[in-house]
Amino acid sequence: MILRLILGSLRARALTVGMTVLSIALSVALFLGVEKVRTGARASFADTISNTDLIVGARSGSVQLLLYSVFRIGNATNNVTWDSYQDIAARPEVDWIVPISLGDSHKQFRVMGTTAEFFDRYKYRAGRGLEFKDGAGLNDLYDTVIGADVATTLGYAVGDPIVVAHGLASFTSHDDQPFRVTGILAKTGTPVDRTVIVSLQAIEAIHVDWQSGAKTSTQTTPVEVIRDMDLRPTAITSALIGVKSRLQVFRLQRWINEYKQEPIMAVLPGVALQELWQIVGVAETALIGVSGMVVFTALIGMMAMIFSSLNERRREMAIWRAMGARPATILGLLVFEAALMAAIGAVLGIVLLYIGLMIAQPLIDQAFGLWLPIEAPSLGELKVLGAVIGAATLVSLLPALRAYRLSLADGMMVRI
Amino acid sequence: MTQSAPPLVLNKVRFRWPGRSSFELSVPAFNVERGESVLLLGESGSGKSTLLSLICGIVVAQSGLVAVDGTDLASLRPGARDRFRAERIGVIFQQFNLLPYATVADNILLPLQFAPDRRKRAGDALATAARLCTALGLPDGSMSTQAGRLSVGQQQRVSVARALIGQPPLIVADEPTSALDANTQDAFLGLLFDQVQATGTSLLMVSHDERLGHRFDRVLRLEDIATTERQLA
Repeated sequence: MILRLILGSLRARALTVGMTVLSIALSVALFLGVEKVRTGARASFADTISNTDLIVGARSGSVQLLLYSVFRIGNATNNVTWDSYQDIAARPEVDWIVPISLGDSHKQFRVMGTTAEFFDRYKYRAGRGLEFKDGAGLNDLYDTVIGADVATTLGYAVGDPIVVAHGLASFTSHDDQPFRVTGILAKTGTPVDRTVIVSLQAIEAIHVDWQSGAKTSTQTTPVEVIRDMDLRPTAITSALIGVKSRLQVFRLQRWINEYKQEPIMAVLPGVALQELWQIVGVAETALIGVSGMVVFTALIGMMAMIFSSLNERRREMAIWRAMGARPATILGLLVFEAALMAAIGAVLGIVLLYIGLMIAQPLIDQAFGLWLPIEAPSLGELKVLGAVIGAATLVSLLPALRAYRLSLADGMMVRI
Repeated sequence: MTQSAPPLVLNKVRFRWPGRSSFELSVPAFNVERGESVLLLGESGSGKSTLLSLICGIVVAQSGLVAVDGTDLASLRPGARDRFRAERIGVIFQQFNLLPYATVADNILLPLQFAPDRRKRAGDALATAARLCTALGLPDGSMSTQAGRLSVGQQQRVSVARALIGQPPLIVADEPTSALDANTQDAFLGLLFDQVQATGTSLLMVSHDERLGHRFDRVLRLEDIATTERQLA
């Protein structure tokens, strides 16, 4: 019956209570949402590359190398010459090596030159390989395989022609040498989805008349002539390496890092990712801190609400006292009320989060390639909810203690 | 509960609000006998509220005896005093007596929550409450109405039912009629007295209105039983 009375009292103040509950719900949804995005981002980053032991590129920062070679974020500072590549490939530790050549684009998507081995060697999400949704791999010089997002965004099908633009955001295009889509990859949730893949030779071919990023002559070499040329690349951007034995990873890495002919470096993807987390970690902590503050603010708002309601509820308290309630009972009533509001807010927050996830999931996936899984609340999330309710209880102690003192002083004789 | 003890005994009581030394109330001797109805007349500020707080055990006198139904209130710990009040005293205020968001039934049953013995005495509490409502002339079906929706007169009758349920030996009423108009006042008092007599409860009412006096066994002026002292601090 007391519970019924508490609910009745809350219902009688439906508007202010509702607003308080809503602000708690929104803050909880925000907090959990930030956490979801954070873990989702980490998971999808960590899932992007697997089974690759080393990444080789021009000497720079390991994070930078990881970002441009695997995530297509940022640009390479320098290239790796084909000779150095050959030297590395000849090392006895190397099981396989896949070259990557970046720098051109198609619409908003990056073009990557590589070898056919890429389709076998590139693994993601604990060893899963690439699969063709449609068509097949690269056969002809002007064949291209596109990622799932490229296909859906630009509406391409197998057989469609593609013109590659020079550079990443330029108005000059290689329109003299159009490509043909021969394969569309199945969705992976990795940057491959947003990549246009061509052969290394094709990258060379479209740059035949170019030097240092500019067209050298107004004359364009005919396609037939290019086909007969030696299209061995002179340089690549980076390479993915698999070693025969894990134990040899560090030996090979040292060898590459001490390579005298050219300043190149090799990084372990996992180590580079760890470094990345350390950099991103500060922002993550700040984000969690801010959303934590939002929850705290909502709880302070609830405290203010309880405080301001005390005066108009002094009469109510006096009635409880006259009927035999102890001051401690009054304190308990207020604290329980706060805990109840926080609990309803927390549950509502979870509901809001799931509704938000359901709406935003495909949009976020499309915009950022970030897949946020919808799953039952984790233990950590339940702990957050518990903490919110606990904090609400603590925070409500202040107004409750004031009510306790008021009801001791007022007794049952409040005149209004 | 000793059957022979009067419901209320005050003897050589001296009380001073803690921290507010300017006001002192002393009651040399005042009793309410079993089944008796007493009207205490006093203007506001004459110490009525202090006296009621003493009787209800909200505050404790510095010296002297305040005994309700044979129990010295000063001998009880604060928590026990609160329960004791719920067990032995029915309280009726001036107005705003009820929790407006709760149903009439919940309001009537509220004191029983804190008084297990009184709950036993009430028997089937819900049926008793319904019977009291009918006896007090509340319309059918009002048990499940929200108390805030009733008229002031009806609310006062609900608070009488709440004070009477479980037959506490003493009912303390603080100007219960002041918010009612003259006609309603008389009807209200009639119903209150019928029920008080039917249950054999003692009634102590405090008011400034002398016209109510004819219904009571005894009419006293507050200044006859108590002296107050006001000093300029």
